[in-house]
Amino acid sequence: MTARAAAKQKQIGKFPSDDKRWLIVAAVMRKYGSAQSALIETLHAVQSSFGYLDDSSLAFVARSLRLPLSKVYGVATFYSHFRLKPQGKHTCVVCMGTACYIKGSAKLLQKVDRKYGLKVGDTSADNKLSLLEARCLGACGIAPAGIFDGTVLGNLSDDLVESKLDSWIAESESVSQTK
Amino acid sequence: MRVVTLKINGQEMSGRDDEDILHVAREHGIDIPTLCQLDGVSEWGGCRLCLVEIEGSPKLSAACVTKVSEGMVVNTNTERLAGYRKSIVEMLFTEGNHVCSVCVSNNNCELQDMSHELKIDHISLPYRYPLKEVDASHDLFIFDANRCILCTRCIRVCDEVEGAHTWDIAGRGIKSQLISDLHQPWGDSPSCTSCGKCVEACPTGALFEKGKAAGEMVKDARFLVYLEEMKEEKS
Amino acid sequence: MINQTDQQISSSDELAALAAEYQAKQAQYENSIFVCMGTACQSVQSGGVLQSLQAEVKSRALEDKCRVSPGGCQGNCASAPLVSLPQRDLLYQLAQPSDVSAIVDSLQGEPVARLLCDNKSDFFVRQNRVVTNHRGLLNPESIDDYIAAGGFVALLKALFEYSPEAVVEQVQKSGLRGRGGAGYPTGLKWSTVAKARADQKYVVCNADEGDPGAFMNRSVLEDYPFRVLEGMAIAAYAVGATKGYVYVRAEYPLAVERVKKAIRSAEKHGLLGNKIASSSFDFHVEIRLGAGAFVCGEETALISSIEGGKGLPCPRPPYPAESGLWGKPTLINNVETFANIVPIVTNGADWYAAIGTPKSKGTKTFALSGRIKNTGLVEVPLGTTLREMIFDIGGGVPDGHKFKAVQTGGPAGGCIPEEHLDATIDYESLLALGSFMGSGGMIVMDDSSCMVDVAKFFMQFCAAESCGKCIPCRVGTAHMHDMLERITLGEGTMDELGQLESLCDVVQFTSLCGLGQGAPNPVLSTLRFFKNEYLAHIVGHTCPAGVCAPVGQDIRRPKCAL
Repeated sequence: MTARAAAKQKQIGKFPSDDKRWLIVAAVMRKYGSAQSALIETLHAVQSSFGYLDDSSLAFVARSLRLPLSKVYGVATFYSHFRLKPQGKHTCVVCMGTACYIKGSAKLLQKVDRKYGLKVGDTSADNKLSLLEARCLGACGIAPAGIFDGTVLGNLSDDLVESKLDSWIAESESVSQTK
Repeated sequence: MRVVTLKINGQEMSGRDDEDILHVAREHGIDIPTLCQLDGVSEWGGCRLCLVEIEGSPKLSAACVTKVSEGMVVNTNTERLAGYRKSIVEMLFTEGNHVCSVCVSNNNCELQDMSHELKIDHISLPYRYPLKEVDASHDLFIFDANRCILCTRCIRVCDEVEGAHTWDIAGRGIKSQLISDLHQPWGDSPSCTSCGKCVEACPTGALFEKGKAAGEMVKDARFLVYLEEMKEEKS
Repeated sequence: MINQTDQQISSSDELAALAAEYQAKQAQYENSIFVCMGTACQSVQSGGVLQSLQAEVKSRALEDKCRVSPGGCQGNCASAPLVSLPQRDLLYQLAQPSDVSAIVDSLQGEPVARLLCDNKSDFFVRQNRVVTNHRGLLNPESIDDYIAAGGFVALLKALFEYSPEAVVEQVQKSGLRGRGGAGYPTGLKWSTVAKARADQKYVVCNADEGDPGAFMNRSVLEDYPFRVLEGMAIAAYAVGATKGYVYVRAEYPLAVERVKKAIRSAEKHGLLGNKIASSSFDFHVEIRLGAGAFVCGEETALISSIEGGKGLPCPRPPYPAESGLWGKPTLINNVETFANIVPIVTNGADWYAAIGTPKSKGTKTFALSGRIKNTGLVEVPLGTTLREMIFDIGGGVPDGHKFKAVQTGGPAGGCIPEEHLDATIDYESLLALGSFMGSGGMIVMDDSSCMVDVAKFFMQFCAAESCGKCIPCRVGTAHMHDMLERITLGEGTMDELGQLESLCDVVQFTSLCGLGQGAPNPVLSTLRFFKNEYLAHIVGHTCPAGVCAPVGQDIRRPKCAL
């Protein structure tokens, strides 16, 4: 093992798990000098690497940035962008900004609830699908808008949302069938 | 630092320009109601009970964080302010589940005293009856979230005086709640030193000692001022 | 394709030479095609159109004659994706990858009639573009394009020709007021920070555009990242700061990406970082991401968020201009305010002050949305009337519906009815109507919108975004939301309506920050102009707009049969 690899291994030893993604998180903390003010940027890094923030990662961040546990927990729960629970394989975010609301995004959510039994913040029992709402995507020109697995789509209709969600459900089923 | 003269409720007085309205008023025997303010820890400015009118300013100012200045004319107990204070305390009563008759801090509660002082005899807003928890996992103390008014006095005393920062607020808005460490039972807290300062600082029966009967739980946060004075002496 | 170079620039002459070089490179092309790559256009696959166009031009061996480039927002997002051919003065709308052959044909021949968007319509000609003057005909990610279009001339002019005091004076003379909404005089803010004595000062760009229905800042950051950075650098020079932050919402990934790239390329050219343009002036900029908290648009909350904590507002004074980030004097301005600095320095304060009204100078960008024909981003001189905005530029309400109200100012704003449409858009007149300039969202509502439901929507927003620090905002907004909810369910009473009004008064005057102080505004303004709708719900148990229940039906929940 080279000296560099050994150093890396030693660093990994301090992480909550031997997952390599912690190196990304550690790099972000280093970029900001591991200062206490790097908390939000670090939480962003953890969430984009692991999808959500669990207790062990919060404790790790607190220890690394020398912050009280309760403060880290407070910040993580204050901001709505941070999630403390894992999300489904696919995510559907419906914008609830004013323009989207005026153009019926609340009704879209009602339809989704009626057809799929999902309310905002819910993840389906099979972990295939999470339904979220956004404050305002700033895409008011194409209201109602939503984000489907990271892609912004505009002028949403009931049919469009349903076809998108149905395709996800069908896709996951075909994957499980081949297994 | 210099000495300025000002008028509070028509009374001429003087104070240092690094002092806030609240303390200058109190030194001159004028009491302004507060709930989140606590001598010996930093100011929070969240309860809004100490709002006062300053002539020439269209907005109300929190006396605990507004410094006095030369020629300032302050009114602390107008009819309008009294109305606002009543509404704010009413809001607190509807936000939690405050039942004095079964509260360990009955007769030793700052929220209760405040409602007496403001002559609140009924609540016109609807009660919210939230579902809140009681954490009795600690050996010595109990936290009853039903009685918590989120004044953050416990958080500040734990952080600034004890240095443990066991407490913080999780969530935001109406969903705000007091938590210890990673929202774990207080008894499992790795940071709590069981010093009990938070219990003494708590204005209501939200934090109290185990084994006390209703009406027995007398709190005294004056030790903080003493600690503060000792610090000043040293430096 | 124009290659990005990393030439360090150390004087105005060098900048001018480089600009000339880039202009010459661009002039080699006979034609150019710009495809909008803003958020709205990208969401309808403008990226695919761009790729297809590039492939088409290549297959016809026209690469040397026609430049195909990503471009910025044209404004009329409802017709996305938009493609412009500036040399032919053509704008195409709703372009699809299958249309590219026809589009490339039209470089020489007849325009493609079925895709034509009338770029001489009122929507375009009634605007006055100062901040968005490049009209999307600029690759937002290319510093070369920006320099060729006169970028950084203002920064170098400020650095080499003006003293910091003279820059502050220019901004003061221009009459520019804060574009975040409150309208505080920008020059006054700058001079306070400039006068403050400290070993370190900061400049912060507030790009935490949280108002629902507002996307001007997103658009300006996406299209003009260099201009915003240049404005920040000029501000830093004027007030004596060496470090800056751009605080952007995490919900704007494209804007974040573009600003990041822009910082890197400006640093490579020596236009940001140490010794800018070989002068003695240093200015470093970093990005900080928001994490989904509307209250962080409030400047003291924003500061506490940059410091890594919760976005909790603090009582002012002290103002950030005296004690801000880490206790140091901090200049915080909105994205659009910084974007206005470059034209002011370039064209002079007098030129800028000639636009607008006596008290509200210059232009303002607005996001038109809701029940309106031409949704999108527009820029007009302050002093334009609401009627011109909605009916001339916006094209009025579509589908034969009747205009009911326009909502301005975000959750702290109000709803303005038909009879006040001749009011001008400026800070004072909107305030007099119980609304607010805000950051520039304008949501049009027609007869299919229920005003009680709209008030409930905003109250739900404020209650969910309240930070919880002060009691009136934390508890008061929750109560007000519940009361409005009961009214929309036909369970409200006249007593409760009175209670709602007095609660509005308490929350407005006792809350700690602008969020709570402004939260009652949507209720107060709908009560002022649309009280009949409240009465219809409370007394008649009906919803005139058919939102809370179909028109004519009882809005009350059916009683349980058991």
